[in-house]
Amino acid sequence: MAEFEPKVIAFVCNWCTYTGADLTGTSRIKHASNVRIIRLPCTGRIDFMLLMKAFARGADGIIVSGCHPNDCHYTSGNFHARRRWIVYRSLLNFMGVDTRRIIFSWVSAAEGAKWAEVVNTAVKEFRALGPYDEYKNLAPIRANWRTEHAG
Amino acid sequence: MQDKIRQKARELLSSGAVKVVIGYGEGTGSRVRALFIQKPEDADRLIMDERCVQNLAVYLTKHEVRAIGKPAIVARMHVIRSINQLTYEEQFNEGDIAVIGISDSNEIVDLPDLKSIKEYAAGNPLVLTAEEKADLGKLETMTREERWNYWIEELSNCIKCYACRASCPMCYCPRCTVEVNQPQWISVPAHEIGNVEWHIMRAMHLAGRCVNCGECTRACPVKIPLRLLNQRIIADIAVNFGQSEEYALAAFNPNDKEDFIR
Repeated sequence: MAEFEPKVIAFVCNWCTYTGADLTGTSRIKHASNVRIIRLPCTGRIDFMLLMKAFARGADGIIVSGCHPNDCHYTSGNFHARRRWIVYRSLLNFMGVDTRRIIFSWVSAAEGAKWAEVVNTAVKEFRALGPYDEYKNLAPIRANWRTEHAG
Repeated sequence: MQDKIRQKARELLSSGAVKVVIGYGEGTGSRVRALFIQKPEDADRLIMDERCVQNLAVYLTKHEVRAIGKPAIVARMHVIRSINQLTYEEQFNEGDIAVIGISDSNEIVDLPDLKSIKEYAAGNPLVLTAEEKADLGKLETMTREERWNYWIEELSNCIKCYACRASCPMCYCPRCTVEVNQPQWISVPAHEIGNVEWHIMRAMHLAGRCVNCGECTRACPVKIPLRLLNQRIIADIAVNFGQSEEYALAAFNPNDKEDFIR
């Protein structure tokens, strides 16, 4: 059987990590191809529900990345985001969601090599954890729900 | 004490200072209900005893109540904290409400303006009791899988009646995100995924704002221990950002510490 390939969603900010990931490409650095990047204006825009939606739609792991502290294009978006993540991560952990599957990082526009490293380590870790069926299987009502639960 | 509340309510109504007094009264059976007293002669229907725990601040932001005119509210500690938070969120201007404050030791507190409410709330900071901390600790000693199963089991009872939302003084948005359906943000049916998403979202939207009145847990018809989620966040905010914040997630400190960002 082929090795399990995790599906990874990366929520990144437009100004640092997205540009950093672009630099990874222009520097011809290779990294695992499991990652699907979603570009948002700022880490402050990364609503916690986006992460829940990613898991529900089949992500096995998530990377959240943005500008280093004090480097935010909007001055303070990443500071607000950091506070939110501290609380959010603890709440998820308290509810038993696997927080090892959400990786937070700061990657600046100049850190193309760091982005490749973040992605490679993340994919390696997610691969070891296996598919996140626990959350995926919390399916919404399926088309055949009525027949399954009849009588 | 009950007499003092009645007397104060009568004075406020007969002088025309307020149009309505929101307080507690006898309901059906041995239950207590919220009363909206509009005539001075009705003030004797107000009561105050250990059954009067509902957070009445929830009514202050309702447009039906605002339509009556200026309200006075019988406010125990958690109501005072709620009013303080709502003021911080610019829901009231000076003079919009009158408060008949009641301290934890059952004394009438004079709170003539919003500034005095702020000071009184600051003097009585929100701290979790040892019992509440022990309840959090009980869950934290479990393994992650056990916690997950515990919550899935608890949340599987949820019927999505949104009583937790309706009873919460902080949930006053005219249109809640659960009602947004283009695109559908939270799954509508009372099914696992929608329940988990709703309760995570409810807790996160109350992060730093919840005053731990426990109204959501009391209102829940299927007895989900919702307060645990809010208390987890209250404890985290106290540890990470300090006790003094009015709304911790609307502020930040460049020196906030965490150990998980790479």
